[in-house]
Amino acid sequence: MGLEYTKNEKIFNYFNKAFLTALLFVIAYPLYYILMVSFSEPMRHMAHQGILWNPLGFTFDSYKTVLQNSMIGIGYRNTIVIVIVGVALNLTLTSFGAYFLSRPRAVFQKQVMWIIVFTMFFSGGLIPFYLLVRELGLYDTLWSLILPNAIGTFNLIIMRTAFMCIPYSLEESAKMDGAGHFTILWRIVMPLSLPTVAVIILYYGVHHWNAWFNAIIFIKNRNLYPLQLVLREILIVNDTASMTSGGNAADTQMVSETIKYSTMVIATFPILCLYPFLQKYFVKGIMIGAVKG
Amino acid sequence: MTMDMNTRTEKRGISLGSRAKHTWTLIKNEKSLYIMIIPVLLYYIIFCYIPMGGAIISFKHFSPAQGLWNSPWVGFQWFEEFFRSPYFARTFTNTLRISLATILFGFPAPILFALLINELHGTKFKRIVQTLSYMPHFVSLVVTCGMVIEFTRYNGVITQVLGIFGFPQKTMLQEPNLFMPVYVISGIWQEVGWGSIIYLSALVGIDQQLYEAARIDGAGRIRQTINITLPCLLPTIIIMLILRIGGLMNVGFEKIILLYNDAVMSKADVISSYVYRKGLLEANWSYSTAVGLFNGLINCILLISANTITRKFADTKLW
Repeated sequence: MGLEYTKNEKIFNYFNKAFLTALLFVIAYPLYYILMVSFSEPMRHMAHQGILWNPLGFTFDSYKTVLQNSMIGIGYRNTIVIVIVGVALNLTLTSFGAYFLSRPRAVFQKQVMWIIVFTMFFSGGLIPFYLLVRELGLYDTLWSLILPNAIGTFNLIIMRTAFMCIPYSLEESAKMDGAGHFTILWRIVMPLSLPTVAVIILYYGVHHWNAWFNAIIFIKNRNLYPLQLVLREILIVNDTASMTSGGNAADTQMVSETIKYSTMVIATFPILCLYPFLQKYFVKGIMIGAVKG
Repeated sequence: MTMDMNTRTEKRGISLGSRAKHTWTLIKNEKSLYIMIIPVLLYYIIFCYIPMGGAIISFKHFSPAQGLWNSPWVGFQWFEEFFRSPYFARTFTNTLRISLATILFGFPAPILFALLINELHGTKFKRIVQTLSYMPHFVSLVVTCGMVIEFTRYNGVITQVLGIFGFPQKTMLQEPNLFMPVYVISGIWQEVGWGSIIYLSALVGIDQQLYEAARIDGAGRIRQTINITLPCLLPTIIIMLILRIGGLMNVGFEKIILLYNDAVMSKADVISSYVYRKGLLEANWSYSTAVGLFNGLINCILLISANTITRKFADTKLW
């Protein structure tokens, strides 16, 4: 655009960049620090003060210890099951709702919209929800983590906005050719809104991956623990004893420090490594939501 | 069945009857469309509306053995009990304090961040800033809290770095007065980048000619920001603020439950974490439902008032 900066603006740009660089350091460094400690030798990490630029020594020991813990494997397995089944259900129901609400001239559309939007502002609260899930017999099953989260209202509204952008004439001509609503949805509407569908899949996927609270109130059987619940035991409740059996107390304390960092890496980096590739979709999703707002 | 319906509606007048009939034919003609919405409605009824109805146990003495219907009514007993208990003042002030601090610091942070990023005109640096600053959003809450606990321990990296400036080398999450700052700052760390996206997308929509005209008139960067950028952002800011105020009493209790401990309970316990403890850990079903309902009602009132006020004065509204 042929912008020419005045002297004041140049100074401003300089400070702005310096400030954002400092900010970026504060935001990104904690993640970098975790990575560095996870490769460090426990002993040297204990003795170290302040920030780190490279690992202290280099060892995979703490990773080996973490991976030997069977709970991590169990947690990963359960979380993957929840993500796959959960997202499939999410996508089916969300697309049904969004399709219905995006049709011009469907009967009762306004009422259905109100029923859905009202739940964004008022809920019965934690306890009635808990008692209901127990009553339904979902307690201590993976379904208790899947069914109650079958639809995210915000995602439904994003999808509806996307569906409304598809020219109706396309569907009308499909209807002429004898296509039913299910066919129109799967063959025409969904493929045409693929970017949004991708966003919604990612949102739901990340949501299931990170969710832990429902699991802590509904899941008692340790074989059904999702990953986040296993992480909570290790990181928050501080239960690394099962992994560091043997040795004296001081040793255990030291090893358990680096174990925690390796656990964080193992649990977080799959998503963070995937994320730069998915970033543009995520951002697009927020923008669609913003247009609606 | 249709016959039955027709005779009944006909009594109320021809127009109503024919309208109902018309509606029914519309539904019948597009049966599959209405079959689609059934599971969706079932989900909302079962998992959202039944619990809303279930909130009625806050006026009863509920015990699972007697069930919802046979448990005796007790009126406002549980509400009174809550208002009289010492926990009321404690959880209520903590909720307000933590929430207001989150709004005061956490709400403007992404706006300022977006404004600064916006000043980097289409550089590679801009992309790097965005990519890196969104990352913490994808770190799960459990891991984030694990990090916070580790870093703010007496020998944690944050405590050590602050020690250079004379900060006492104590475990921060054992100090009641430090709970809120740790909660708010870690929240900003996690969401500042992600929260800025919505403002950045609003900034993209501003007509560049406005800036060019302002430059010709001799307006500097700061003037342009105050007179062009901020007014254009205002509708987005107001909508986000209404939503935020409507959730004022919904402090992120999942995070509080992960971070708090006995030492900081007096400053960390909020209404929703209290509901969790009373209801799910101590099984005081009716009492905790009443506390939760009280919280939900305040939220509703706040949301409606915020919306009314902005509708009156700023002509921006959520509905």
